[in-house]
Amino acid sequence: MRVALRRIAIGVLITVYGVCLAADVLAPAGYATQFRDSPGAPPSRAFPLGTDELGRDLLSRLLYGTRLSLVLAPAAALLATLLAAGAGSLAGYAGGWLGAGVLRVADLFMSLPWLFLLLTVRATLPLNTRPEDSVLITFLLLGLLGWAAPACVVAAAAGTLRGSEFALHARASGVSNARFILVQVLPNLKPVLLAQFWIAVPVFILSEANLGLLGLGVGEPLPSWGNLLRGLESLHALQTNPWLAAPAALLLIVVACFHLVVPLEDYSK
Amino acid sequence: MRPRLLPVAVALAATLAAPAQTGGELRFCIRADPKTFNPVLVNEEPSEVVRYLTGGVLMRVNRQSQQVEPELARSWKISDGGRRITLDLRPGVRFSDGSPFTAEDVAFTMQVYTDPELHSPTGDPLRTGPGKIQTVVHSPGRVSIVFPAPVAGLERLLDQVAILSSRVLRSIYQQGQFASAWSLNMKPAEMAVLGPFHLAEYKSGSYVLLARNPHYWKQDSAGRRLPYLDSVRLLIQQNRDLELLRFIRGEIQLINALDTDLFDALQRKSPSSALDLGPSLETEQLWFNQVASAPIPAHKKEWFRSSPFRRAISEAINRADLCRVVYRNRATPAAGPISPANRVWVNETLKAAAFDPGSALKRLRAEGFTQSAGVLRDARGNPVEFSVITNSGNKARERMAVMVQQDLARIGIRLNVVTLDFPSLIERITRTFNYEACLLGLTNVDPDPNGQMNIWLSSSSNHQWNPSLKRPETKWEAEIDRLMLAQASEPSYRRRKAQFDKVQEIVCQEAPFIYLVYKNSLAAVASSVRNAAPAALRPQTYWNIERLALSR
Repeated sequence: MRVALRRIAIGVLITVYGVCLAADVLAPAGYATQFRDSPGAPPSRAFPLGTDELGRDLLSRLLYGTRLSLVLAPAAALLATLLAAGAGSLAGYAGGWLGAGVLRVADLFMSLPWLFLLLTVRATLPLNTRPEDSVLITFLLLGLLGWAAPACVVAAAAGTLRGSEFALHARASGVSNARFILVQVLPNLKPVLLAQFWIAVPVFILSEANLGLLGLGVGEPLPSWGNLLRGLESLHALQTNPWLAAPAALLLIVVACFHLVVPLEDYSK
Repeated sequence: MRPRLLPVAVALAATLAAPAQTGGELRFCIRADPKTFNPVLVNEEPSEVVRYLTGGVLMRVNRQSQQVEPELARSWKISDGGRRITLDLRPGVRFSDGSPFTAEDVAFTMQVYTDPELHSPTGDPLRTGPGKIQTVVHSPGRVSIVFPAPVAGLERLLDQVAILSSRVLRSIYQQGQFASAWSLNMKPAEMAVLGPFHLAEYKSGSYVLLARNPHYWKQDSAGRRLPYLDSVRLLIQQNRDLELLRFIRGEIQLINALDTDLFDALQRKSPSSALDLGPSLETEQLWFNQVASAPIPAHKKEWFRSSPFRRAISEAINRADLCRVVYRNRATPAAGPISPANRVWVNETLKAAAFDPGSALKRLRAEGFTQSAGVLRDARGNPVEFSVITNSGNKARERMAVMVQQDLARIGIRLNVVTLDFPSLIERITRTFNYEACLLGLTNVDPDPNGQMNIWLSSSSNHQWNPSLKRPETKWEAEIDRLMLAQASEPSYRRRKAQFDKVQEIVCQEAPFIYLVYKNSLAAVASSVRNAAPAALRPQTYWNIERLALSR
């Protein structure tokens, strides 16, 4: 059952990626084009998912926004995972005061009020940051800040490797610490790192969506799941324009699929 | 305009025709807990609501006719070139504790409101010049107030001065403890007021309960003592969606201000309760940072300080689309600082800038700007690109900014829209001046031009485009300063109007603020409320609270 679900999830993700990467061809209109005579229009042949409050075609915005989130969230997750791999393997393998120090820094990172820090960082960015740059900065920040939790998991896994037989053999044969980490520890941590990567992707997608809901994150007129979900802010708007829920539905499906693609054995690690 | 007023007229006709019934509790929401019950120290809306409902005033601005009407003062006479006002007080009036109202109370009230130590936001505008305000009590029913300098629009200022009981508060004032009097933990029985209601109970974070003042002086045409209602409960509710939900459920009967989305939602569910009162006093505007020391590139400062550049931007913005798309036709393209809702002071000769990208480009070309490959460049070849900040969470402003972004793209200008949390935005526009343009609204509570003194005087910290100037930096700012100061001490309405009309013309000509729209005043009044006469001026729905009644 789990394997079948995983296959379906992979299929859905491939389809969503495929469609979004072809947004330039498939989108009925530009994501920023305002059809000012049709604001808040219901789905029709001209606007298959209707329009937003400024008359922008929702399907086009959803395609472009999904592409943006689905390309950049994995990139940010990769960055966070690499940082976590470095910090976690160092903490786990070195142990002692160095390992404890790295883990305390990770704890400190996890205890910080990130939402407020992100708000502050966003407020201090140059105002003339272009939307294309703002989206990169948003995901870069998420990637740079998201290493702490996976690093703790990686450190725990690396710690178990430290006392293993092959580690003793390696030490006895005079392998340097750096080489040992790169050649022995990291490859053994691959399943853990993969799991952390797959977990981080939906987390970052949701983080960007949260920032977008607060009016931060990706700048207008660039669409992202974050600013597309702002259509759901008003309960009354959703009652009258249910098609505004389309981005939320897609987000739900994609996040669920990302969770399903992680092999169960990787979670257990 | 006519179709918008029709439902209002129908609703009014229905409510006015119905016979009033006494009793009952009216409920509506306030956004936050009041900060004080001391009417002298009121500085925010929730406290202002309590003061309006409990305070008795010498005269009141009728929110519909916008004319001043007698209240505790039966009549008055202004003399000495606007320096003196002599008031004949209504006899037989009693405070809510049963003590009589006399000229001594008026004299005491003026003394307290204009005490510089108290920094009363209501009393400060009355201190027009150096020297103290004198009061002369001729008799218990007659008093004169003598100001050190003429006060323009004095009657309208007195609309907010709730008369204090000298019997209750004089000793507290003399002991120097007035600033802590009537705080939120006061006992309701200590409050002696002249308004239609008095404080009965306050539960922090939940509600303020006001009970009928049994000694209120006003009567209806049948001789029945007002107010009709037994009590008013002010429910503390910040969330506007929940406020509407409570209205629809019948838990509250009034909503003073609705945004367009919620208004549309209400109109679908209860069309007769949703009232579009036409243009409000509120303006939405965009301005450029003209502060000389601002940390922005010199070439951008040059653009922003150029009147033709600002006017070109104004012409490139499609205001009609803003009204139609963002406000769904519940707004009017703005011409200047005063909305048509302010019938007394609006300069009706001014017209909103017509949307004309061609004319905007022509104006810019005359200033040395060129357009090539869809990009506008200044005479030095710098591409015209700037950012506009607005407060995150205000959907209408965010939408307007994105529409302006597309309008300006037509003439080759790249606009970056930045939404900031409100404290960060205020920090930038008032302290660091690290911004290029800003889109915000201005809430005009007081229709009188003196209420806008803090915006137009170049020395003011709220002279947003270039605040706190030691002296005006341009001729037109100097002229605005001169005209505003002149009208502030001019007793003649006709001459004041001419002076303020000129101010409005200069503002349109120089465009330090690019006015975008006048939002409509959108309110909700339940069908159970009788005698409602909603108006565009605050407090829109309950300004005649003493005459409101509930049908059973």
